[in-house]
Amino acid sequence: MRGAVTRFAARDPGPAARIAGFMGHLRANGFRLGIAETETALAALATTDCSEPATRRALKSVCCGSAEDWARFDAVFDSFWRNGGRVRTKAVPSNTTPAKATREAEGQATSGAGRTDASDSQKDGEADTGGEGRLIATRVANLRRRDLREVVSADDIRLAETVARRLGAALRDRRSRRVKAAAKGARIDLRRTLRASLSTGGEPFRLKRRRRPDRPVRIAALVDVSGSMQPYARPFLAFLAGLMRADAAADAYLFHTRLVRVTEALRDEDPFRALNRISLLADGFGGGSRIGAALQHFATTHARTHVDGRTVVMILSDGYDSAPGTDIGTALGRLSKRGCRILWLNPLKGWRDYAPVASGMAAALPHLDLFAPAATLDDLAALETELARL
Amino acid sequence: MTADTVQSGLAAQGYVASPDLAMALHLALSLGRPLLLEGAAGVGKTEVARALAAWKRCDLIRLQCYEGLDAAQAIYEWNYPRQLLAIRAQGDHADEAKLFSETYLLERPLLRAIRQPIAPVLLIDEIDRADEEFEAYLLEILSDFAITIPELGTLRATTRPMVILTANGTRDLSDALRRRCLYAHVDYPDAGTELQILTTRHPTLNHHLAAQVVGFVQSLRKEELEKKPGVAEMLDFAAALAGLGVADLSADPAILQAALATLLKTQSDRAIITTEVAQRLAGKAA
Repeated sequence: MRGAVTRFAARDPGPAARIAGFMGHLRANGFRLGIAETETALAALATTDCSEPATRRALKSVCCGSAEDWARFDAVFDSFWRNGGRVRTKAVPSNTTPAKATREAEGQATSGAGRTDASDSQKDGEADTGGEGRLIATRVANLRRRDLREVVSADDIRLAETVARRLGAALRDRRSRRVKAAAKGARIDLRRTLRASLSTGGEPFRLKRRRRPDRPVRIAALVDVSGSMQPYARPFLAFLAGLMRADAAADAYLFHTRLVRVTEALRDEDPFRALNRISLLADGFGGGSRIGAALQHFATTHARTHVDGRTVVMILSDGYDSAPGTDIGTALGRLSKRGCRILWLNPLKGWRDYAPVASGMAAALPHLDLFAPAATLDDLAALETELARL
Repeated sequence: MTADTVQSGLAAQGYVASPDLAMALHLALSLGRPLLLEGAAGVGKTEVARALAAWKRCDLIRLQCYEGLDAAQAIYEWNYPRQLLAIRAQGDHADEAKLFSETYLLERPLLRAIRQPIAPVLLIDEIDRADEEFEAYLLEILSDFAITIPELGTLRATTRPMVILTANGTRDLSDALRRRCLYAHVDYPDAGTELQILTTRHPTLNHHLAAQVVGFVQSLRKEELEKKPGVAEMLDFAAALAGLGVADLSADPAILQAALATLLKTQSDRAIITTEVAQRLAGKAA
């Protein structure tokens, strides 16, 4: 055990600085932490003994804020305090200009072949949302990692943002027809006002009001980033990034052989850093696809909290699944029971003579509210009228 | 005090806490921070607060959140009928300043919690059901433990309650609230822990049946169910079997199927777990 523990340099500045370093490491791994948390962490450590499990649990309780953090924490902790994966912190370059210069050139080169940098350290658990599936997935999926920033440019994102904003606006009929009691509102609620006046001796002191509540439609977008979808990755990822910036309630997921929620990562203020973070999350980008399993996973986990009757689930995929297509049918059936509307945007549909014969696509069709072609940002923008009709 | 003290203290009250949860509670107590507990329904989140209050021998003040919960229900309200009565009774000599004094103030859970002589446990249950506006109120109270009533001024906390919030994912909580709290995720217990819980709660249950019940419920959770049975359901199930005089789970399929009523609460789940499936799971658990 002793050899595995990180050895610190002789001029180590002390425990406080080390904890601060760990906080930085957590931040680089997508934990949302401020200075206050560092203080709390130090205060917490002062109340516990110094054994490793106690330290780990104390920091876990302080630094985690959600179930996803909780599941990821142990791996990130190990990668910092044990000499497991110190390389990973440097995966976020401070300067993005070199990547930008080569992006265009590489864009063409990579579209066909795909780069095969086999990733060396898979130890620290980026993107662990799939629970037990993760280890298997990283081992089986071919270990290709691509920097998504090579695929998408800043202009794309800006353009996509406007498209996404317009699509979002088309999807929602903003206000309900019913009126509901509310603290502020245009109309006076006579019945409640009278009732309230009883407690003030018949004088209607407090006016109760009602208004038509806002019922926004939420969008949950699932983007297929498997190998067969690579030519379309550029518009779709830009669209995803744009959507997240345009709509604070939207949700984003990527899937190939497994499904990852990238909502939090994409909310990053800097669009490039956001893409960098999801390219860390989307390990195995450009590999095989298991749409059925990914949708099933979505329907049984994330959908429970994020999908309801006022959600539009938008799937961007070509429907080529390496597993039998029946899974897709059952997953979508389960999903549509939640009362959401399901759109499937398929880049292949735009082709002449295309028929949805891929078994997955055929199984999906009965559950779809809209099955439309989309291969470029312009196609997505053109959907506006169709979405308004839904 | 260490995490172990918390763990053994809760164990004395019949609550078996995981090491992670014990550490989180220990920190919440020693740093005086609220603790946010998340996890599926029925894993014992609410029960933590009960056990904690029993262990600390203090009151448990519970605020059950629901959609539309407002400050008047959660913090304080003026007792209007009583104020009116006072005005009528005093006639022309009504003293307006007295009408807005503490005599006419109705304390709701949050105000009551900060004005106890002994610090109570304040349980804010299912915070994710309340509206976002209410979350904002709560943040203010949780950060300075003071409540401002315009007519009376600011009421400061006499004691700081131990605050426990629970959520099970009806909606996403705001980052601000998450950051203010310590966090622990409560999972379904593993087989060993669950057996420990069962024997703590039903010490008279025969050992063979207890092991079978836990094995059965554990494998039932692996099935594709809409609502997985929680710990409370498991305890009901064990109590039901004991009450029916069952000594072995796979002995009588009809009784087992009837007792499933304590575990499976939706029609489709009942349909999935047919007699055959239940027998198979019971056979595995034996």
